[in-house]
Amino acid sequence: MAKSHVSTTVNGDPVEFLCDTAETMLDVLRNTMGLTGTKEGCGTGDCGACSIIVDGRLVCGCLMLAVEATGKQVTTIEGIGAPDRLHPVQQAFLEDAALQCGFCTPGFIVAAKALLDRNPDPSETEIRYWLAGNLCRCTGYDKIVRAVQHAAAEMKGQPA
Amino acid sequence: MTYEQKNLRVVGTRPIRHDGPDKVTGRANYASDFTLPGMLWGRVLRSPHAHAKVLSINTDKARALPGVKAVITGADLPLPPPGVTQAGESAINTQHLAKNLLARDKVLYDGHPVAAVAAISEAVAREALGLIEIEYEVLPHVIDVDEAMKADAPLLHDDLFTEGVEPRPETPSNIAKRIVVSKGDIEKGFAEADIVIERTYTTKAVHQGYIEPQGCVANYAEDGQAMVWCSSQGQFVIRDLCITMLGMEASSLKVIPAEIGGGFGGKTTVYLEPLALMLSKASGRPVKMTMSRGEVLRATGPHSGSSMTARIGAMKDGTITSAEVVIKFQAGAFPGSPVGAAVMFCSAPYDIPNLSITGYDVVVNIAKVHAYRAPGAPNGAFAFETVLDELAHELKMDPIDFRAKNSAVEGSKSPYGPTYGPLGGIECLSSAKNHPHYKANLGPNQGRGVASGFWINIGGQSAATVVVNRDGTISLVEGCPDIGGSRASLAMMCAEVLGIAAEKVRPSIVDTTAIAFNDVTGGSRVTFATGMAVVQATEDAVRQMRERAAKMWDIEVDQVGWRDGAAQEMNGNRSLTISQIAQKAAKTGGQIMGHASINAAGAGPSLTTHLCDLEVDRETGKITILRYTAFQDAGKAVHPSYVEGQMQGGVVQGIGWALNEEYIHDENGRLENAGFLDYRMPVASDLPMIDAVIIEVPNPNHPFGVRGVGEAPIVPPLAAIANAIYDATGVRMRDLPFSPPKVLAALEAAEKTKANG
Amino acid sequence: MARVVLSGDLGRRFAGGEVEIRVEGSNVLRLIKALEERYPGIAEALESDAMAVAIDGIVYQDAMLEDVGEEAEVYFLPAIRGGR
Repeated sequence: MAKSHVSTTVNGDPVEFLCDTAETMLDVLRNTMGLTGTKEGCGTGDCGACSIIVDGRLVCGCLMLAVEATGKQVTTIEGIGAPDRLHPVQQAFLEDAALQCGFCTPGFIVAAKALLDRNPDPSETEIRYWLAGNLCRCTGYDKIVRAVQHAAAEMKGQPA
Repeated sequence: MTYEQKNLRVVGTRPIRHDGPDKVTGRANYASDFTLPGMLWGRVLRSPHAHAKVLSINTDKARALPGVKAVITGADLPLPPPGVTQAGESAINTQHLAKNLLARDKVLYDGHPVAAVAAISEAVAREALGLIEIEYEVLPHVIDVDEAMKADAPLLHDDLFTEGVEPRPETPSNIAKRIVVSKGDIEKGFAEADIVIERTYTTKAVHQGYIEPQGCVANYAEDGQAMVWCSSQGQFVIRDLCITMLGMEASSLKVIPAEIGGGFGGKTTVYLEPLALMLSKASGRPVKMTMSRGEVLRATGPHSGSSMTARIGAMKDGTITSAEVVIKFQAGAFPGSPVGAAVMFCSAPYDIPNLSITGYDVVVNIAKVHAYRAPGAPNGAFAFETVLDELAHELKMDPIDFRAKNSAVEGSKSPYGPTYGPLGGIECLSSAKNHPHYKANLGPNQGRGVASGFWINIGGQSAATVVVNRDGTISLVEGCPDIGGSRASLAMMCAEVLGIAAEKVRPSIVDTTAIAFNDVTGGSRVTFATGMAVVQATEDAVRQMRERAAKMWDIEVDQVGWRDGAAQEMNGNRSLTISQIAQKAAKTGGQIMGHASINAAGAGPSLTTHLCDLEVDRETGKITILRYTAFQDAGKAVHPSYVEGQMQGGVVQGIGWALNEEYIHDENGRLENAGFLDYRMPVASDLPMIDAVIIEVPNPNHPFGVRGVGEAPIVPPLAAIANAIYDATGVRMRDLPFSPPKVLAALEAAEKTKANG
Repeated sequence: MARVVLSGDLGRRFAGGEVEIRVEGSNVLRLIKALEERYPGIAEALESDAMAVAIDGIVYQDAMLEDVGEEAEVYFLPAIRGGR
């Protein structure tokens, strides 16, 4: 089966790759591009460990075909924060101990960033419903929700 | 080592964990993030039947598929010599393990591996699985534990005779073992009671639910040297199980611990690693294997479903006089459920004079169960703590007062034998009683439940090395995978002993060739036991640095003390920092390295009490948790944020178990809900904040008073929620999970009874 | 002499029921030796990895050289190795 040629943008960089039609964006990110920060927890869109942002929308990398990336802007966990400064969500996760094993963490950070990009002042309920597509089995979500609240306050220039 | 009260500057604070930045940026490497040049992809073919004879396996067509490099079946994995390997929480029978890795004449559960292939891509590997021809003769199966115990139940193993029954039965059965814990005379105790309540409970099999599926990369070289990169709760146990399965030498297999994406007990054994090694050996190439979520749910350690009957008697003044409990656990396809812990610990928070607790370990046609956080204890507590609630109601006593009246304290005899040292049970109960949560008002259809829990915690083997660098920083080398922040707590204890900042200590978890054997990360043991090894290794480094300072000053070592990260001259005011000492190490006797390798004893049990408020929607049967507060004796919280995190996480796993999680099988014994959509774990929108109240009753056997904390928090929620449902509705639910259809049915049944009564 | 309790399966298998006995032995190794003289075959069961020992309430997963005091209370119990 001939592979498809895809031109896209990943974390701001122009990228080209060849893929089978059946390959998911998650497979290409992890196995073709070596961007292993995006995790696979279920492969069926239920756990959110593979959360990425595509043209401003939060999506599960495992539910998106790689060919759909054509012409799109894709942001992964590797594209969040800068070498000299973590994103406020990342910093808040560290300070608030919002991770234990850390496997779901990239997905949560991508999802939380997508939330704060569109709603800089979410209520606790809005945070909980927005993050309902991300499974964490370690933390019970308490410290994750607090970290997102903390990051929102930081981003508005207020002390948490 | 014994506890000493001291002023602490690092222990008890909340520094940023050392591995945090890698984990918030996606840099941290988990099992499936590793690749090697020339790597193949391996996949497993699994039984679609719950119970069947394997009549024939033909792999010819799969082998002929271009791109397929190796195919293996049970015939390629000879049974190892009979024996038992310690693998964390339980002893693993080596022959059962081999049969679980690859089935031979019989498959025993939906998902049981029968063959594995390695190919140049995952797609080719999948295609090859479809070309393997297997002829099965389907046999009747049994999954329910009570059904499996019946004399006419389908038999899983014709060579299984119940242990623990005298005389040994003459016919095989599915009952692998009977365990009894008893003291006093229960009938005498029941005769003294004014009220006796007996109830029966069932729970379904549940899964640990770690988000990272099992995965590994194996590379087996032509000279017999091999490496495995995988995520596990203990690289040494993975090594020991692999070498036992494959007849290798320990020094020939290097197991490199990847970051682990959750384990909860489920990652203390092998599923893929020996297969990947065999495929790598057969193909001469590195092989990567990863499970799908469906495979994780079908074929890796669920926790036992159970059937339990508890009968407890008390006098009018609230004194419990007697308790009799019978607990039956699904073991899965091979013997070895954690029923022993349920038996030993279900009544452990209490001092009860007359006890008889019997456990049965029963094989059934689901995957072999594996440890799940405080293995077995939540089941036992579900039965015991709900009967206690009924007794408290009948006696018109406050449920906390009732528990406090019967609490075990220091000097009480534990149900499993030994006398307790200091325990925090009473402290947890009184803290709960005085907490604003316990006094808060409840609305209509809302209720509050109380339950307590116990976990023994363990010590075990741990090693640590403290390397003193020239610049005064410390490289801390240890061997226990970090599931929930143990790097931070270990580095903090090292820093505390040295008198430096936690950030100056950099912890590393190393492979099986770089440190002595360590037991698994399990049993809530790492902060306690590895922490003790770290303290001893650090004290060893301090002793050496004092000796070096003495040499540099040309005085006797007993004239040199240690304070604030520096050697201090006792009769003078000279001091030498770690870095000043380390820079002269080459001239004073070589590089400085502290070391300890210990088998820690004296872990202190954790006691915990939970308060749960919930609301029952009478129209849909949905339960909403409104407020939850957990009180737990941590001994000493080294990093309080991660202690709270353990408590919150354990509570929420318990909530999922209570409200939604269950294994559902179709009439053919196939798992119907083998995915996260249908195996419904709690999500953020299901929950309120979880309040964690840390209580510190120091463990006398640890230098900082540490007990374990990770497991106890999952013990009380099942009962706390059941008791809260009663408080909200007046209905007692005794069969887990309390999913909306079951709650609705129970409410309707109660209405009917009321109308008819 | 230490007070040793053989409970549950151990007591049933080797002593015909739960027993509490006084045994001479200043450490676990010597204690097990003394028990073996009284109950032949018990040493193998006690030394198995599946057993832990509690001396005065402190649980040892693997014990051999630990001191056993004159008035010590000694229990042999199944080893629990935890799940987290």
